[in-house]
Amino acid sequence: MLSRYVVMHFRSAARVMELFFWPLMELLVWGFFSVYLQQRMPDSTGRLLPALLLGLVFWDILYRSQQSVSLAFMEELWTRNIVNLLISPLRTWEWVTSAYLYGLIKTGIVGVFLMGFAALFYALDPSILGFYLVPFFLNLMLMGWALGLFTTGLIIHWGHSAEALVWGVPFLVQPFSAIFYPLSVYPDWLKRIALLLPSTWVMEGMRELLLNSVFSWRHFGAALAINLVYLALAAAFSGWMLEQGRRSGQLVRMSV
Amino acid sequence: MSAFKVDARGLHKEFDGKHALEDVSFSVGEGEIFGLLGPNGAGKTTALHILLGILRPTRGEVSVLGRCPQRERYRIYPRINYTSAYVQLPFNLSVGRNLRIFAELYGVADAGRKVSGLMELLDIGHLASVRTGALSSGEQTRLNLCKSLLNDPELLFLDEPTASLDPDMADRVRALLQRVREERRVSMIYTSHNMAEVERLCDRVLFLHRGRKIAEGTPGELRRRFSQDSLEKLFLKLSREGELRDVKGENA
Repeated sequence: MLSRYVVMHFRSAARVMELFFWPLMELLVWGFFSVYLQQRMPDSTGRLLPALLLGLVFWDILYRSQQSVSLAFMEELWTRNIVNLLISPLRTWEWVTSAYLYGLIKTGIVGVFLMGFAALFYALDPSILGFYLVPFFLNLMLMGWALGLFTTGLIIHWGHSAEALVWGVPFLVQPFSAIFYPLSVYPDWLKRIALLLPSTWVMEGMRELLLNSVFSWRHFGAALAINLVYLALAAAFSGWMLEQGRRSGQLVRMSV
Repeated sequence: MSAFKVDARGLHKEFDGKHALEDVSFSVGEGEIFGLLGPNGAGKTTALHILLGILRPTRGEVSVLGRCPQRERYRIYPRINYTSAYVQLPFNLSVGRNLRIFAELYGVADAGRKVSGLMELLDIGHLASVRTGALSSGEQTRLNLCKSLLNDPELLFLDEPTASLDPDMADRVRALLQRVREERRVSMIYTSHNMAEVERLCDRVLFLHRGRKIAEGTPGELRRRFSQDSLEKLFLKLSREGELRDVKGENA
């Protein structure tokens, strides 16, 4: 299944473009905006530009990770292949694992591409986070997988009419993830909500490392723990939706 | 364990309070080709989906290869397969790659040779490197049939398998299915609106109408019982009148 997803992706010019085009356009917009801010409001540490650029790269890793899981399922719906898979010996966990690994490959490529581009055009030092890029990446991947599974469950429940959620769900968490600004800008009640998102802990951890050169294991541990809870909940939710879909006929209605 | 390859008892399925199937029972023996017939909306596809384990019945019991398709689906799936005119393989992959992927999913030994052999058998060998989306509907139907035979299934579900085929290819497919049945004693559940094809292929048929079982028997038995000289006429009578009366004038 993994090799199939990879072949399907890289044989399609549109999908390859999607992998590079949108992230690049976002980086250009936010990159120049960051340069402008840096020029107008030079901060004492010179960390504003890298914080904004890394925020964008991290957001894209999360977004692509979620997309990979949800789109792997949508792909089967669009090609009317889902019944063939549902009645094959392929287990649900094997299917989900292949979607996860597909997401890992895609986000890895997007991450490297964006970091390289940011280094080239905005002089972002790719080694600025050093080894700690790995734990940040891990947590963003996990959150993307959980969001992807949750979105897939919603699509199983509501069918084709809910397709827009594939692209919409990540943007529900974006404003509350402290991506381009610190947690401190939120009012207290919103801080409590933001801290329920692993992405907030990752972004705060990234800024902590940039500003104080200290990797916060507390931030990492909190993001990981919340991610594991969300992954378990998302798996249970999508499994329940799948079972409900078998009962209500929704699964076959949207498959043929 | 049931001696039948398929055994359905009192199947009942409701969708939002509407009855799609009502108390339908039937069984299919080894090497038997069993036709599920009826007009559109009769409940054929619903019954097929329940047998395939992708739809749960509201009531009733089903056994496929002696196992429950809802609870033991992964013990059943390696031994069955399915093709439908309404299901496709991914259009953005080549014919050969699509078949190889499914051969791997089914754990087919010597997958390359199996895929080539089946493609030749169904006359799509020359299309191996063609993108599936570029195939004609007849070629796609043959590709789907190839996929359904990859794992040498003991039980084959065929939902209008000859739809979109020209008469020559449809005839070759029917001959192939008969050969597969004779050589390997494969059981088949078959839906089709081509009654001549059903008469030629099916050992027994079951007529459904609005989710209810109207009649069951061999094509010959049913023709005699309802005084019709072909299944086609029987089908038309059923579709237009919504019920069948046998030669004694009793409601079936």
